Amino acid sequence: MSHLTDLPPWAALLVCGLMLIGAATTLIGSLGLLRLPDFYARLHAPTIATSGGTILLCLASILCFAVLQSRWVFHEVLIIFFVTVTTPVTLMLLGQATLYRDRFEERQGVPRKPKPAPGEE
Amino acid sequence: MRTWFPYPLLSIALLLMWLLLSQSVTPGSIVLGLVVSTVLAWVTLNLQPARSRLHRWSRIAGFILRVVGDVIRSNVAVTLIILNAGRRPVHAGFMTVSLDLDDENALALLACVLTATPGTAWLEYDRRQKILLFHVLDIENEDLWRKTITRYAADLKEIFE
Repeated sequence: MSHLTDLPPWAALLVCGLMLIGAATTLIGSLGLLRLPDFYARLHAPTIATSGGTILLCLASILCFAVLQSRWVFHEVLIIFFVTVTTPVTLMLLGQATLYRDRFEERQGVPRKPKPAPGEE
Repeated sequence: MRTWFPYPLLSIALLLMWLLLSQSVTPGSIVLGLVVSTVLAWVTLNLQPARSRLHRWSRIAGFILRVVGDVIRSNVAVTLIILNAGRRPVHAGFMTVSLDLDDENALALLACVLTATPGTAWLEYDRRQKILLFHVLDIENEDLWRKTITRYAADLKEIFE
């Protein structure tokens, strides 16, 4: 990508900034997996990468190629959209599986399944 | 009209996606996109997704703005929590909130919002008692989280029902 040097300084700075912050956010998200104490707390860490990290990196990409090709480039928005829409599926699946296991093993501190209201079932 | 375009919003979204992916707005790609989006809407008909109507279009912009603000704030908060995790113990915990939402699509949207907010993780929704169980990373602000989610639910109820 030798034509990247055609980027004007202001755009280069902005793209660099967005990319560095995005990469740092993603790194911190992965670090969270290591540092947070239990599984439920660790569920939160990857969402930093999927929301903050992805959005910042995609914004950097949009800006970079929009300036280089001097036209609007928007298809990175689709990445943001699909990542945002599909993450809950995996996350809920993992959360529910853990919840099921912990309830089965009757672990301390895990909320019980709500009792059905009288009259139902 | 309904026979030809069973899901008008879905068709428009698919057409938009097609145009974004092909990166052109020439008549050819528009025609191809129209064909693809219409056919895919028919395919979706077989899946029988829950249909919902949007009532208050004017509320959507405000809702999106609030969500974006909360997501940014939560990103910063969780980043700080992770970086300080060695020095300061993490006060994570479970919370329950009773929701007054029936619409499936509204619930799905709420799940997306809660997942995109790094401080919260959706765990379980009891459909009969309408109680949502979720996990938050800083249980100290319990009232704040409860207020935020009740607010979201109220907004979604206004938009969808």
